Amino acid sequence: MMNPLIPLLVAIPLAGAFLTIIIGRFITAIPRYMALATLLITAFISFWLLIAGGDDRSVYIMGGWEPVNGVAIGIHLVHDGFSALVLCIISFIGLLSVLYSVSYIARYTSENYFYALFCLMIAGMNGVVLSGDIFNIFVFLEISAISSYALVAFGVEKNELEATLKYQVLGAVASFMVLFAIGFIYWGAKTLNIADIRTVFSQGHEKGYYLLVQILLLTGFGLKAAIIPFHAWLPDAHSSAPSPISAMLSGVLIKAVGIYVIIRLFFNMFEITEAMAVLITTLGALSMAVGVLLAIGQWDIKRLLAYHSISQMGYVVMSAGIGMMLLARGIRPEVAALAITGGIFHMVNHAAFKGLLFLNAGAIEYSAGTRDLHEMGGLGKSMPVTSATSLAASLSISGIPPFNGFFSKLIIIVAAVMGRFYLLAALAAVVSIITLASFMKFQRYAFHNGEQVKIRKEIREVPVPMLLSMITLAVVCLLLSLLALPGIRDAVLTPATDILIDQMKYSSQITGM
Amino acid sequence: MNGMTVIVKKTTQLIAGIIFLYGIYIILHGHLTPGGGFAGGVILAGAFILLILAFGSDFLHLVREERGSTLYENLAILIVLFLALSGLVAGAGIFFDNWLPHGTPGELVSAGLLPLYNIFVGIEVAASILTIFLALVIFKEEVLK
Repeated sequence: MMNPLIPLLVAIPLAGAFLTIIIGRFITAIPRYMALATLLITAFISFWLLIAGGDDRSVYIMGGWEPVNGVAIGIHLVHDGFSALVLCIISFIGLLSVLYSVSYIARYTSENYFYALFCLMIAGMNGVVLSGDIFNIFVFLEISAISSYALVAFGVEKNELEATLKYQVLGAVASFMVLFAIGFIYWGAKTLNIADIRTVFSQGHEKGYYLLVQILLLTGFGLKAAIIPFHAWLPDAHSSAPSPISAMLSGVLIKAVGIYVIIRLFFNMFEITEAMAVLITTLGALSMAVGVLLAIGQWDIKRLLAYHSISQMGYVVMSAGIGMMLLARGIRPEVAALAITGGIFHMVNHAAFKGLLFLNAGAIEYSAGTRDLHEMGGLGKSMPVTSATSLAASLSISGIPPFNGFFSKLIIIVAAVMGRFYLLAALAAVVSIITLASFMKFQRYAFHNGEQVKIRKEIREVPVPMLLSMITLAVVCLLLSLLALPGIRDAVLTPATDILIDQMKYSSQITGM
Repeated sequence: MNGMTVIVKKTTQLIAGIIFLYGIYIILHGHLTPGGGFAGGVILAGAFILLILAFGSDFLHLVREERGSTLYENLAILIVLFLALSGLVAGAGIFFDNWLPHGTPGELVSAGLLPLYNIFVGIEVAASILTIFLALVIFKEEVLK
């Protein structure tokens, strides 16, 4: 018996989106609660599947088209340790962003479109994460991408439109490359199922063709994930969007449709080769270092945070790359597992603290009406909760114990040292220090720099729903440190790592052999 | 826009109905012949767009029209979703399960739920293409003002 909750993770947000438009047309106060309810149910299901799912990963076959002779013919939704974790991130950060939006979006017009697009984006991301079929990944990728284009432009001012245009053009290039690669794969493998593709390619393939497909997919999803040579759209898009959307884009979207798919495809679909591992590690290290260097000079808080997203995603990509490199060489699989665990852990942590930081930035913008660090100062007195929560998030992102960022960075650095990548370990440590410097600047200029005369109006703390989601995320930043404890790590992070490392596990659960 | 000449208007009136019927034919035979919900839906939208082009935007109250088409679009896609979900409660209990009796292959009423999917996908596509067209026309009118 297949678990009926799995397709509901896509169906419920979709239904929520369209019901919101219909009902919101007649009753304007309803949409926000409907979106909230949708996200609550989705979050509940994701966490239920994470906890109760445990070890028996489940595959859902749409329409009951069972595999014939071990060849998958239907559309598969795959729920395993890794996707369970990402689903939880999506729905949890989504829930808090909607809660935050209840007050924040009230100043914009046509609220119901906002919530409808929001639910649509969640449905798209859930679909990407669940899909076990590369063409469906593309379809859901487009659903989430197109709704995020519209959400970035939600303010319809000059900046927003410029940012969304840039985002759309680069997003379309990315989608084109992904589609192109899917076409090549279908031509070569005659199948679209990820597990099947692996089986077909493992029986022999042409080297140049294989490399072309890999490069196309890495470029396409790298553009979505904003790894460094492909990052041009991210600072504009993430800083122009309304703040809850920035939190979603930076905290969730680049992971779900970028990093997650890259990791999934390069571990579970392609054979791990050393050349690809070196390339991915280099890209990761490059984004880590260049992202943080670009962030130093920023005075617009949301741009600063956006550049830090690039840098922090670099950590995830780099540690996945280190894991790939060790697996390709076939030495010390336990260190590879540690590196990948560190990467996934950092991905979860980044969702919490970067989401929180963007919500803080939104709160500052909401009260003080500015995003420029030069014009702020002394906000710590008038906005104590925002100040305290952003301190927690800043300490997390800079890797100060006992916050979550410390533990994931520690695991990554330890794994790099154990795998004898001393240079990468040193680089990760240095980047962490520069991050700390950058966030000390943010804390000082925004909250502690004495009263500034430039802001005339009286500054008050933001409304309760916004405070509630910020406080929850700050607590989560602390609680996620617990994932480093062996017992909890084995329950949550290890299944995710196992599915990536064990070459046979992923395909065997789909073909049922 | 005031629309085109009487000749164009009259011809369009004659043709639009036939195009509309053809769209319905394509949708209903979706499970038997080439085409289906999407192709038929585009043809349905074409009939409406032809009328709007011939009679001009003053003739039809575009904004009200656009509201209606959005509503139809959302309703149709919701029904498609509920048809998919109905598989969870009826039959084998699988999402997207084709639980209605399949009938004799080749007959108009056969293939279980597929004709229903086709019909609502057709409505959805027709309404959404009409919405896109209307949105562009309304935008242009607003710019001209």
